[in-house]
Amino acid sequence: MSERLSAAFFSSGGSSFTEFLAAHDPGLLPSGRTVPEGVVEAPHGTTIVTVIYDGGVLMAGDRRATMGNFIANREMEKVFVTDDYSVAGIAGTAGLAIEVVRLFQVELEHYEKIEGTLMSLEGKANRLASMIRGNLGLAMRGLAVVPLFAGYDIDTGKGRIFSYDVTGGCYEEQHHHAVGSGSLFARGALKKLWRTGLSRSEAVRIAIEALYDAADDDSATGGPDLSRRIWPTIATVDIEGAQFLDSEVVAQVVATVVADRQDNPGGAR
Amino acid sequence: MTQMPFYVSPEQLMKDRADFARKGIARGRSVVVLSYDKGILFVAENHSRALHKISEIYDRIAFAAVGKYNEFENLRVAGIRYADLRGYSYDRSDVTARGLANAYAQTLGAVFTQDAKPFEVEIVVAEVGEDSDGDQIYRLTYDGSVADEHGFVVMGGTTEPIEQALRSRYTPHQSLGEALAMAVSALSADPSAGEAGESGSARLGPGQLEVAILDRGRPRRKFRRIVGPLLERLLNESDPIHDVPDTDDPVPGPHDTLSHDTVNHDSNHHDESNHHDTGEQGDVTQDSAGAGDSPRHESTNPQTQRPRTEGEVDGGESTQG
Repeated sequence: MSERLSAAFFSSGGSSFTEFLAAHDPGLLPSGRTVPEGVVEAPHGTTIVTVIYDGGVLMAGDRRATMGNFIANREMEKVFVTDDYSVAGIAGTAGLAIEVVRLFQVELEHYEKIEGTLMSLEGKANRLASMIRGNLGLAMRGLAVVPLFAGYDIDTGKGRIFSYDVTGGCYEEQHHHAVGSGSLFARGALKKLWRTGLSRSEAVRIAIEALYDAADDDSATGGPDLSRRIWPTIATVDIEGAQFLDSEVVAQVVATVVADRQDNPGGAR
Repeated sequence: MTQMPFYVSPEQLMKDRADFARKGIARGRSVVVLSYDKGILFVAENHSRALHKISEIYDRIAFAAVGKYNEFENLRVAGIRYADLRGYSYDRSDVTARGLANAYAQTLGAVFTQDAKPFEVEIVVAEVGEDSDGDQIYRLTYDGSVADEHGFVVMGGTTEPIEQALRSRYTPHQSLGEALAMAVSALSADPSAGEAGESGSARLGPGQLEVAILDRGRPRRKFRRIVGPLLERLLNESDPIHDVPDTDDPVPGPHDTLSHDTVNHDSNHHDESNHHDTGEQGDVTQDSAGAGDSPRHESTNPQTQRPRTEGEVDGGESTQG
């Protein structure tokens, strides 16, 4: 350990942690590994929804990870705060996706420390895209990672959403979006419930309704688990920064949604 | 030039290199690092807003340097890379100032003996602990020697008068305001301080200072720069404040900068400032409804993205029941 720091530590001009790793120790990068032929079965994360509200954006995810028709984990966190003004949610191969998010978090903080300034929201979205692009080889083997990225744009004072495909394509979404196996149903619910000028608490309600609908029709998405008290992960980003919603608050909203759906399985409209 | 015409003794060679490095360092302005009751304070005489001498390395670790800018900037970036690599491949808690100081020492030592020219820098790596006994301050010189310092460190040009001034006045557990006032007056004792031609009696003003802290009380990333009205107020001799606000600036932007003068600890402020303060304080309380829990908590690490206690209540206990 006590050795002179190698030349990669002193190469000039780079403020990207990923590029530093590629030069110093590529084995630490998800894209830097050679993977043997064949298909493995690994836990998959499922549904993430994101909703823009007045002055910010919210992201919510269920807690289930599945492996085939087997529930691999019931309380996995799939929504992450990536820096002071952004959040990312993941669907797809859970292990790889969490690694990508971890790397992305370090990437953003690394840039912030070296440059002494915040990265623009588009910059962050593009950095994430290049990480997903690096994962294409693994995606071809069935180990795809599909993130959803949302952040607060300091310049305009609005929340923005970016979606991705497995090839690293990055697309800006309007109003709301969902990814993962239950996303079809969640998107349907969001489309009916979303309107302009939502408040933060209304957005929380809508996100939980959408996740409920996703869990209703998709077996891989976890519904509200009242007996174990497992609630969706919800993070909000606005002028106050990125923060997780307190689980007690989420519990109350979930309880209301579940109660309102008694004898009314279609939910709010 | 390729062959060595005369024998040069190793002693002479090392001495020449050391003299060369020392001369380079002595040209710069000084930096003071000292621990106060709630953390570690860094004060540098620096007339530039953009070229920093003090910088954040990791959650609890900061860096200060004097000497040649391009060389210590290289070391700073290398330190951030070292720390982020460590934290990424192990855990955030495994990044320590001691490890970083060792890596720097090896590098500086190797450069001193092997490279064409030694680094003309002197650096401090400091880590704030859970309490003041846990604070660590390491001072590294151009030849790779490391010193574990307690209390305060002075680096740079003419350190002797500054060290003397601090030695007579420094006590541990001073408040931030006291420590800062002492550091600034000590720095002003340097005859080369301030504008050239001045006798050195003038006190350095906020515009000539770079001030930062590692504040024990903040969540996760403890490094904060102190600028603007807040710095002016801390330095204000007639109406000083003794600490920085507990909450970060409410405006969106880089989280590591504190500029808002929102502290109102002293009850004996005169009316004008009192009035002004209460107004702003009201704003801050509203902004950070979950006071103390700024959004900048542990959340950027997936493993610790929620406070531990909450996680336990959430899953662990109830699944057993």
